[in-house]
Amino acid sequence: MSDPPVRVLRRSFLAGLGLAAGGFALGAFEGDAFADDRKIPQVDIKPSDPATAAKTAAKGAGLRPNVFVHIGADDVVTIVCARSEMGQGVRSSLPVLVADEMGADLVRVKVAQGDGDKAYGDQNTDGSHSVRGMFEDLRRVGAAARIMLVAAAAKRWKVAVASCTAHDGAVFHDATQRTLRFGELADEAGAQPTPKKEDIKLRPLSELKHLGTELPLLDGPDIVAGRAVFGADVKLQGMLTAVVARPPVVGGKVLRHDPAKALAVNGVKRVIVLPEAKRPFAFKPVGGVAVVADNTWAAMRGRAALDITWEPGDNATYDSRAYREGLLTAVKSPGKTARSLGDVDAALAGAKTRVEAVYYAPHLAHASMEPPVAIARVDGNGCEVWTSTQNPQAAKTEVAKALGLDESQVTIHVTLLGGGFGRKSKPDYVVEAALVSKEMGAPVRLQWTREDDIQHDYYHSVSAQRLVAGLDDAGKVVAWRHRIAFPTISSTFTDAKEPSENELQQGVLDTPLAVPNVRAEGCEAIAHTRIGWLRSVANVYHAFAIQSFVDELAHARGVDPLAMQREILGPARIWKPADLGVPKLPNYGQSLDEHPVDTARHHRVLDRVTELSKWSDRNTAGRSLGLAVHRSFLSYVAVVISVVKGKGEKIAVDEAWIVADAGTIVNLERVRSQLEGAVLFGLSHALYGEISMKDGATEQSNFRDYRLMRIAEAPRKVHVEVVKSEGPPGGIGEPGVPPVAPALANALFALTGQRVRDLPIVRSLSV
Amino acid sequence: MSIRLRVNGTEHTLDVDPEMPLLWAVRDVLGLTGTKYGCGQALCGACSIHIDGEVVRACVTPVRRADGKAVTTIEGLSADGSHPLQKAWLELSVPQCGFCQAGQIMTAAALLAKRPKPTEQEIDESMGGNICRCGTYIRIRAAIKKAAGVSEE
Repeated sequence: MSDPPVRVLRRSFLAGLGLAAGGFALGAFEGDAFADDRKIPQVDIKPSDPATAAKTAAKGAGLRPNVFVHIGADDVVTIVCARSEMGQGVRSSLPVLVADEMGADLVRVKVAQGDGDKAYGDQNTDGSHSVRGMFEDLRRVGAAARIMLVAAAAKRWKVAVASCTAHDGAVFHDATQRTLRFGELADEAGAQPTPKKEDIKLRPLSELKHLGTELPLLDGPDIVAGRAVFGADVKLQGMLTAVVARPPVVGGKVLRHDPAKALAVNGVKRVIVLPEAKRPFAFKPVGGVAVVADNTWAAMRGRAALDITWEPGDNATYDSRAYREGLLTAVKSPGKTARSLGDVDAALAGAKTRVEAVYYAPHLAHASMEPPVAIARVDGNGCEVWTSTQNPQAAKTEVAKALGLDESQVTIHVTLLGGGFGRKSKPDYVVEAALVSKEMGAPVRLQWTREDDIQHDYYHSVSAQRLVAGLDDAGKVVAWRHRIAFPTISSTFTDAKEPSENELQQGVLDTPLAVPNVRAEGCEAIAHTRIGWLRSVANVYHAFAIQSFVDELAHARGVDPLAMQREILGPARIWKPADLGVPKLPNYGQSLDEHPVDTARHHRVLDRVTELSKWSDRNTAGRSLGLAVHRSFLSYVAVVISVVKGKGEKIAVDEAWIVADAGTIVNLERVRSQLEGAVLFGLSHALYGEISMKDGATEQSNFRDYRLMRIAEAPRKVHVEVVKSEGPPGGIGEPGVPPVAPALANALFALTGQRVRDLPIVRSLSV
Repeated sequence: MSIRLRVNGTEHTLDVDPEMPLLWAVRDVLGLTGTKYGCGQALCGACSIHIDGEVVRACVTPVRRADGKAVTTIEGLSADGSHPLQKAWLELSVPQCGFCQAGQIMTAAALLAKRPKPTEQEIDESMGGNICRCGTYIRIRAAIKKAAGVSEE
């Protein structure tokens, strides 16, 4: 094979830095070899390759303190990003943390993308946990290199280690004004002992030069020039293209098929029946018929010419209209108690007034702009894959299982992702590519069409929620009951029928309610399609219901919605699980000591967002504001949405404010872009997003009927503020989304007097 | 039937089905992968390219329509990423995932060629066929204005 070397994602900060508005001097290295990727020595970063380890041990191989870092005698610092880039800016953030702790000069830093390998630890890029989950470990990775470089310099200079410092890509001995570049020290540093974890002392955060600053976009220059490599852009010699006709109903199978017409299409090579899907569906492909051709167009035409009779299976009765009625009925009866404080029944019985509301939100599809795609090459040695995946280790496991290989025989290279939003954590499409490549004995690009993507997604769950509050004589809320029904994500992996603790912690269990009697109940709902996590997951519908309901309570009482928010939150304090009425809180996998539920932070983002948006002027002629606040993924976000009466009867969102407290942040610019994007993502779903099922199949198929926000529908302005914080980092990719839909619904109520409790909004208002 | 076309200044003769969409001719046959497949139905604009300076959705444009014509893809918009739009895109860090951005830039380039100082409404109308799922529209508007030298209000 004469394929190009695997150098899919190796990029320098240089190009971006050169174009940055300011703050970076390129210094002596401007215009040198770094600008040209081809001149960079190819550092084989793959960690589990024994040959590489041997090379490393050899003299002159530079410094490789761990699998994430290599420093060469050429002064190139290569840092592996082992998480997937899907627009959240992880490649422009994680390596910076390593570099800053090391004291590297960003201009000399190359970022290499890690293959799927357990040596990197968890690589699943979801749950907004890349920075918050690796903040200290990645700094240790950089610190280990720094310690070895400093030790090598001290040895050469015959001075005390403590008298040396590392910064700007060099080690300094200030007393004698001596300096050695990292590259000059790399080989000697490589011979130093690797420090043990407990011996690694981290710098104070104030020494991390780029932390919390606005950094250039690492892959920006490639993206705007069309050079960036996404999943479909890898080309192997002799590569074929496949598309698959999948059963319209999940769990269905091929009853009969006639490949003749497909095979008659010029360019079509073969038609292959894939294995049937078996429960639990998990990450496995759903089966169907693959058409393999020598180009994409031929494969698509071949698939259109297939004659298939499907056995629909037992999900063929799934009908979204009927299912909605089922969910609305379910929340009329008690469910399993998940949160309980005081005596809700007695408090409701004794309340002077009751406020009640039922909220419904439909299935949603991820619809990343890049449909799922994977390239696989199966041969006698195993399987090598190039794909846009959020979860390369799961892809490796699933491919190995499907092909009957050992995981060591499977390599997963990660390209850039053209959006992920949770869809690309599920490697069903990667397995399809591997199966077809094995059958063909040739490299295969397995391309999902947009129709495939919309119709065979792991959908965001459909949900119904019923909230009831009891108010006393003074109007104070004394009882709060929240019933929730939705098919759980767990149903994709087990036969679960009730919301999981992991889903309920996303807004139901962890929302502080300064109400003496609280109960939340999860009701049963059976899944009839694959349910998956979509950006912000259960927080999206939970925040929609809870934050709409707080606004409804304000209007029922005739008070300012901001005052109602503050009353429900209560005074600023730390909430323990017992105060919330839960025995424990998963807390997104992190400790409550480090990341408590802290209403001071809710109040702080509310303060800022209402100041910036001039909340006191919230209702002027033809324009109204709506407010919401929500904690998710350990970050706190408040949003104000402004809506105006536009031309004719149409209502438009003209402006938005979003304020986040995400603790310590790495790259302020990417944090801001995530929050800005979250506003539009949340608005798009709330206004237009709906996937519905009929006879078990998805009714929508492309952007014609699965509507996404377009540019004219976007607000004129989105104001972003990130609260300064030195607390431990929270998530940033997802927390911006949940408060958007309720803030919008609350603004629409203020403008029109119409309360929208059913999403999408376009069903009930002209927007 | 063979199709003769000039792509980014280079002449090509393609021996392909004349009905093959230009998108697949460019990607699969010529290996220019900057132009993206997003929907296949001219609904999202990820495949936007120019034929004789006019923006088209390559996913629904048969390659025969480019016969004898000049095609420009993102790779040919400028030799070194120096088109004013590309520079503005980087200065404002417009992309998130980046997948739709080539199409956005190509559509914007066709707009600026016709309307060097577009109004915000003209920007919205011209860019209406290009979807960005990450939600970069605010910065897209700002970058087009920056490239055009039109001030933000």
